[in-house]
This record gives sequence, C-alpha cells and structure tokens, in this order.
Amino acid sequence: MYVTKYVKAKDAKDAAAQLKAAGEGKLLAGGMTLIPTLKQRLAAADHLVDLAGAGLSGISDEGSSIRIGAMTRHVEVETSDLVKKALPALAALAGGIGDRQVRNCGTIGGSVANNDPAACYPSAVLGLGATIHTSKRDIAAGDYFTGMFETALDEDEVITAISFPKPRKAGYAKFPNPASRYAMVGVFVAETDDGIHVAVTGAGQNGVFRHSALEAALDRDFSARAVDGVAIDDSDLMSDIHAGADYRAHLIAEMTRRAVSAC
Amino acid sequence: MPEGITNQGIGASVRRKEDKRFLTGRGRYTDDISRAGQLYAHFVRSDVAHAKIKSVDTANATAMEGVHAVYTGDDIAADNVGSLINGWSVNNRDGSAMTEPPHPVLAQGKVRYVGDHVAMVVAETLDIAKSAAELVQVDYEELAAVVDLDQAAGGAQIHDDLPGNTYFDWELGDEAATSTALENAHTIVSATLRNNRLVPNAMEPRAAVAEYDHIDDSFVLYSTTQNPHLLRLVICAFVLGIPESKMQIVAPDVGGGFGSKIYLYAEEACCTWAARKLRRPVKWTADRTQAFLSDAHGRDHINRVQMGLDKSGKIIGLRVDTLANLGGYLSAFSVATPTYLHGTLLSGCYDIPAIYTNVKGMATTTAPVDAYRGAGRPEATYILERTMDIAARQIGMDPAEFRRLNFIPKTAFPYQTAVALQYDTGDYEPSLDKALAMIDYKGFANRRAEAAKRGKYRGIGISSYIEACGIAPSAVVGALGGRVGLYESAVVRVDPTGTVSVFTGTHSHGQGHDTTFAQIVAEKLGVSIDAVEIVHGDTNRIQFGMGTYGSRSLAVGGTAISKALDKVIEKGKIIAAHMMEASDADLEFKDGKFIVAGTDREKSFGEIALSAYVPHNFPHDRLEPGLEETAFYDPLNFTYPAGTHICEVEIDPATGVTQIVDWAACDDFGNLINPMIVEGQVHGGIALGVGLGLVVVAVFVVFGLLLSASFLVYCMPRADNLPSIKLDYTVTACTHNDLGVKGCGEAGAIASPPAVINAIVDALSVVGVTDMSMPATPQKVWRAIQAATKTAAE
Repeated sequence: MYVTKYVKAKDAKDAAAQLKAAGEGKLLAGGMTLIPTLKQRLAAADHLVDLAGAGLSGISDEGSSIRIGAMTRHVEVETSDLVKKALPALAALAGGIGDRQVRNCGTIGGSVANNDPAACYPSAVLGLGATIHTSKRDIAAGDYFTGMFETALDEDEVITAISFPKPRKAGYAKFPNPASRYAMVGVFVAETDDGIHVAVTGAGQNGVFRHSALEAALDRDFSARAVDGVAIDDSDLMSDIHAGADYRAHLIAEMTRRAVSAC
Repeated sequence: MPEGITNQGIGASVRRKEDKRFLTGRGRYTDDISRAGQLYAHFVRSDVAHAKIKSVDTANATAMEGVHAVYTGDDIAADNVGSLINGWSVNNRDGSAMTEPPHPVLAQGKVRYVGDHVAMVVAETLDIAKSAAELVQVDYEELAAVVDLDQAAGGAQIHDDLPGNTYFDWELGDEAATSTALENAHTIVSATLRNNRLVPNAMEPRAAVAEYDHIDDSFVLYSTTQNPHLLRLVICAFVLGIPESKMQIVAPDVGGGFGSKIYLYAEEACCTWAARKLRRPVKWTADRTQAFLSDAHGRDHINRVQMGLDKSGKIIGLRVDTLANLGGYLSAFSVATPTYLHGTLLSGCYDIPAIYTNVKGMATTTAPVDAYRGAGRPEATYILERTMDIAARQIGMDPAEFRRLNFIPKTAFPYQTAVALQYDTGDYEPSLDKALAMIDYKGFANRRAEAAKRGKYRGIGISSYIEACGIAPSAVVGALGGRVGLYESAVVRVDPTGTVSVFTGTHSHGQGHDTTFAQIVAEKLGVSIDAVEIVHGDTNRIQFGMGTYGSRSLAVGGTAISKALDKVIEKGKIIAAHMMEASDADLEFKDGKFIVAGTDREKSFGEIALSAYVPHNFPHDRLEPGLEETAFYDPLNFTYPAGTHICEVEIDPATGVTQIVDWAACDDFGNLINPMIVEGQVHGGIALGVGLGLVVVAVFVVFGLLLSASFLVYCMPRADNLPSIKLDYTVTACTHNDLGVKGCGEAGAIASPPAVINAIVDALSVVGVTDMSMPATPQKVWRAIQAATKTAAE
C-alpha cells in the first residue's frame, strides 16, 4: 500500500469537504473493494475519508418506499424485517453478495458508488427505479449509472441513502462467476408503478442496463414462458474466459425466467 | 473400546494432535518468524513473456531512502551463483542426453516468462522495497511469446541451445510390438486429450527468512519447503557453494505444498545470498499474485491416444504420444513427472501386453511446470480412464464390465507391466464391485429417468486407477536417471522418563504426521500418543531425510520409524534381560512390558527407559547405556494403491451447470493407520480432481500473460462443488514394508478427474455429445449441448 492519510468524516457534508480538500482522496465505506485495491497498489489515495462515523446507516419505511442509508451493511439489508417484508427480492439479493465476511463489512452505498459492472446492487437500483440521495441532490436511477465503474456522482459528492419504491412484485436471479462469485449475469425483474423493469448486471459492456425487449414481453405476459420468444442481442455484452457474449445472452434469458419465477 | 492407550494404535481414528494449534490460529509459519535487524526483499518480475534484457537501470531505486541494495543478474554472475538444478535427467529416443539449459536465480540477459526474476530489492520495510522496485527501469527487446503447446516446436527459440524448444524426446515401451498389436486390432479407439494446467495455490504462499552469522560463517534459512535436507543439499552444493554443515534449514509449520514446495526456488537462494552480502537477515513472503506467477504450475499435457482391442474387447495394445509443457525453465522434477512418473503408469489396472509412449518435454514462455499432487500419475490415469470409457462406448459394452474384462487377474501378481513397473499385489474386482454397490449402479437407469422428468441430464462415470507411490527405491530411481536416493530415515529417542521423540526425515505440511507416526509408536511401544513427539523440518535436529511428496511419508518414512522402534525394543530386551538376570533370548515385549517368557517376571517400558540412562551396573563390554536407535529404510519397490471411484452428475441444460450428486470411492491403501486422516486425504484429493474436472484452468493469453492470476478469475473447487462422499476400502497389504501400508495422499486426486468427465459425457450422451474436455465449465457444457442439438436438428 502506498502511504495514505486516514481521516474520519463527521457527516456527509464533512466527508464531501474533506474529499474536496484532498488531492487524491477516496471515500472509505466498507472497504471490500477499495482496501484490497490499495493493498495491491492498483490504486493510490493520499487521503482516505472514512464514512463509518458519518451517521449514514439505517433502514426506514417511508411509506411508498424503503430508505436505506449509504453505510448500511449488506447483512443488515439481508436480515432487515422491513426489507424482507416490503422488498424480499432485495433482501435475497443482499444475502447472495460475496461471503459472510464481505456481507458484514460491505455497504450498499459503497457498492453503488463503485458501480462494478458485475455487482448485484446496481440491478436492484435500476430495476426498482430507486433514487440516490447525495450530499448535493437526488439522482434518479436512470440517470445515475453512466458506464462501467462510472456514475453521475461529482468528485466531491457523497451518497447518503438510497430510496427504493415498493414494487408490486420483484425477483432477482444471479448466475455467479465461478471464480469471483460476482454476477456473471444477474437479472432483477420488478413490476413497478412505471411498468415492468428488467435490469441486467454482470453482462453489459457499459455496466447495468435495462432490457426493453424483455420488459415488453413481460408486460404482455408476466411469466417465465414469455421470455422464450425474445431474441437477446449479444453485441454489447462482455466476453471473458468464463463466458462469451453468446453464453451471457443465453443466461440473460434464463436468469430472467428464474427471476420471474422468484417473484 | 474403553479410553486408554490401546485405542491410539494402528487402525484408530484418533483426532489429529496438530489440529489444536492449526484450528486456533497458533501455527508457526515462516512468515511468523522475524529476526533482529531483518530487511525485506521484493523482486522485480518480468511483465513480458519473452524478451532480451537490453539494460536494467537500478540507480533511482538504489538512491531511495531505506533501500540497502538492488541486485540484478550481473551481481549474481559476478558472485558465481549457480543455476537452479534439474533433479532428474532422461535420454532422448536416439540415446543422446536431454538438453538442460541453465536456470539462473536472477535473469541473465533474457526473460522467459511473465514473473521471471529480473532484480531483487532489499530494504528496511516491504513498502520501501516495493516502491523502489517500481523505480527499477528494465529495457526489453521483446521476442515472440510461445504459449500454444501444440505449436511450441515451431515457435521462437527460447533457449540458445534448445532448437525446436524440445528439452527431451523420450520413449518407453516396445514400439514395434505396439504397432503390430494396433495393426492386428479388431477395434481401434482414438482420442486426443488435454490434461489442463493448474496453479498450485497452497493456502500459505512461499516464504523465506535467511540469516547469516558472520562469526562462524554459517546460515539459517527458514523456508516453506516440503524437504529441508534436499533444499540444503541443492542450495549449498549447486547454487551458493556453502558447506552443508554451515547451513541450517528450518521448515516450521507449512500450509500445504502439493508438490509446489519441493523445489529450491530463486527467491530462497537470493535471500540467502543477500543475507551474507548485507550481513542482515532478509525476509521474503510471496503475496498471492507472486504465487500465481512464480510457483511451479502443474499438469498441462496434450495426449494423443490409440488403443487396440481384440474381438472380445480385450486390450491388446496402447500407444500414447504426449506433449508436456514444462515452461520457460526446467524445474527440479519437471523431467521426472511426465516421463518415469507418467509413462510407467499407462498400464493402469489392466493387463495390456504392448504399450508404447513417446513424451516430448516442451519449452514455452510460461511459468515452469512441475510435480503437483499425483505428479504424472493423474495425467496417465486421465488418459487411460477416459480412453477406457470411449472404448466401452465404441464397442457397446458396459464400462464397468469392460474394465472387469481387462483387469489384471488377482492370480497374476506379481505382475510385470509393459512399462517397467512390477506390481507386487492387488485385487481390483472387489474395489469395483464395492463401489458399484455403494453408488447403486444397477439403479442408475431409474435415477436417470427420474432426472429426465425434471429436465436434467444424469450421468455416471467410473475411474479404476492405480498409482505407484512411496517413491523409492533408490536403485530403481538411480537407474532411471534420478539424481537423488529415495530412502527415508528415522531416529527414535527414548528419554529417561519414558517419553519418546521421533526424528523423521519426512516433513508434514498438513498430512497429520504428528498423529499418524505417534500411533505407530503407541502401537509398538504401548505408550500414549501424548508421550510421543514427532520432530521434523529442521536439518540441525534431524538426520538426513528426503522429505514428503509422492505419498511416501508413511510407506517409506513410517517404515523407517517402525524399523527404528524394532531396534529400540531389541535393545530394551537386552537391558531387561540384564536387569532380570535372564537370557536375552527369553525376553518378550508385549503390551508395553518386557517379560521373561513363561514367568511372571516383567519390567515396564518406563523402567527399562530409566535404567538405560541410569546404568549403575551395566556390563559395559556388552551393553551400552542409552535408548536411541536410527534406521534408514530403502524399500524394494514402489507401493501400488488402487481402487475405483464412481461419480454421478446431473446437468442442467438450461445453464450447463454440472452438479455432482453422488460419489463412491473404494480404495485399497493396504493397512490404514488412522482411517479418519485417510478419509480426509481422500476427500481433499477428490476435491482437487473435481476442481480440475469442473472449474480449474490456468489460462495464458497469446502474448504470454497469465490471465487467471487471481482468485477473481482463477477458480478453485468449493464445498458446493462436492457431494457428501461415500468411502470404503479393500485391503491387500503391501508385501514389502513392515506396516503393509501403501499411501493415500494422492489417490483421490489421481482417480477423480476422469470419473467426473466420464460422468458428464455419459449425461450428455442423451443429446449426442461424445467428448468433453477439462474443465467442463457451464459455458463449455452448454455450448456442447447447443452444438449437438443443432447437429441433431440438421
């Protein structure tokens, strides 16, 4: 690890200010991606701004939505009675991230800010039409994800919470990468007030995306069977030693069927 | 059985003595050891696969505060540091000697794989060493990488003296007889197989702490080695020119080796060399990335097979042509592994009158490849057991019955194979029958039909294996080109209070020797295993020994202990005879007591131990004080564990995912000392083989970068890849060692890969798939189903 200065943020505004003041600052949430990256010298930060004491953790029922603080750990989402009742698909998704150690440290805000193209949470954020609350503003999910590891966040902007509208029904199915156990393909399906959403993670060259053809098919007939006739274009899908674009395209259809069945 | 010492002897599943410290995080590993004034080493590794080194600029790195030295190949050359060695030489088919290019500890003018050592930085802290390493400027003239094994002979020449990138072109068996057999065969079975490359990934990465004492010009090297004395011999005699008596190697707790920690590596040699130059202890610990790049990899063969059958289905000839990828340099046993540890196993459990094999050992610009758990024998077993299934399918015979037809009959032992080995004993049908019963082979058709109703393809695969282990005997090894002897040594030291220390030349890095060996002592001397200390891993405490690999520790090392214990008992009898004024010949040793036969006069083992060291009235002309005995044991033959593993799978055609739903293994390891430890070894071996069958492969991209150089990409088998395993045994005791034991460390790894693939091919046969390579990843299985379905539709 390169030499870095560790500082604690009092709250989100303080974190944003410290980040702005630093040369090459990084926010430290659960650290499940950042710390290994720093240890391997794949990233350098002259300041690490720790959000652990910034009061950004907790889950609350806001009526039509569930609000989850940015520093809420995966295990808290997985085991929350509120989430399990209103958003069981999200609780199940959180319970399938990484391993027990990762779920006890990793946070929803950290995951969504990093926007790893194979992370699970982005599919739920996009699939449920969530709102990302930051130290500056509210960002709609559709405007937030801008590419692989890219988001609409400014350099000195800190996620404070994410609000998930309660869907009529929702389901998530993930085909894990055999090595990393990240999503090789993950599909989040939801029937929301805005219609059917199908959000795909792990597969797109530009990160998470919605699949309009699958949404149209499920809109006509919300069943696993309805997926059969949908052609999945593989031209913008990732290809690696575990899965070529053709196989990922196939898995998008299959995971959509399983997500629908899980609803 | 009541609590007591009698349930701690041979055959008892006592809990492992060493597990308390391992399970509570109190193992003492090399990286836990730090010495006063210690510096830290970090290596600048090549990031290109094949290149000439035009220059290495170390000025900025050397100038960094806290850096003590930056060494390059020039410094090594100036000090005449020797090359890492090849421990086994073979001859080419034409009788000429193989080519052994040098393997310098820091690159000399050229790099030959990504991860090759170019420079060494030694600094006050590891962070400083790493930062300084980033400032070392290496100017490369890049050459073409050689990655594709099939094309290696025509690739860019990697070593000046190695045209065609061929280290050796070796053969075994009777080519003419085999050709005749194949010409006369009723059926010819052909297959091209691939033994996939793996990365060892022991839980503990390699590490070294080297210390130099300038007052008496001596060294201590703490190392993660499987064989401290071999390491000492090689580093002293071949690399650094140090008297062996001035070098102490300590291998404390070692977290797994699997073969990859047999060899002396460049890093240990460099740390030792630098410790003398700097007169400071030097420590190096590999991180996981360095382990991926620079540990000797395993397997990586292409095998072309032809098997000839007569009209009845009997095998009459077998020819195997193999390309073995040995990487950019020869690692110590890289030559032995695909030749004498591989070609000699091609007869398997079968009576095959004519066998011929040709193996070409190829250089590529990839990390060196060497022995890995099973070492040559898993590759041979994969070849044979895949071909057995293909053959059975081709002639329409049940694969179990096809094997049975070709087994060496029980009455044929000792059996001389067509590939040099002579099997002393074995009985293969009972293992097959037991395994068939355990998995309910007869009920498989119903299970397949039931799975089909659920939309799943169910398949069953058999693997009947044999292995040659307990490596030894020295005479055979020497005759075949081995540059070491392969005996084992033991000292049994009885203390005055009756506790027993056993000094063994083997080394435990997870195998449970502290327990298994103590059980042999408990059985023989009638003492509790708690009174027994097994000492290994320190060349200053232990007589010369050969270490642990090739499932040899019990069969060779355990037998040495047994022989030393016999000598202790004989000495004890003489002491007891003296004390009880009886004749030596009248003394018996039974249940921990020395008894004058036919009388009630007896002395306990403890009394004899005490009097051995308090010899107030010993007749010194015929009885020495003390109770300590040494044995060096060199066996007459290898041991030949064998058995049958059967794997049952279910494949989900919607995703291509293979789930192993059942596994039955019936092994013959001869006598078992601790069945629970044996079970653990078999479980681990099967997990490894299942990994190879389903998920493991080291992938190099065309320009020579190891793509799968982290656990994010490289897949290890996991608990959810495995079913609950059914184990049972048959026992034919080894005929040529005192304990009748054969060894069990590698059997699971040897048997399992073909069982997995045979089961998968069987499952997919319903849609017309006839072949599958390792690893059978979900994508590969899915694509095979797609292709077969498409072909069927056309």
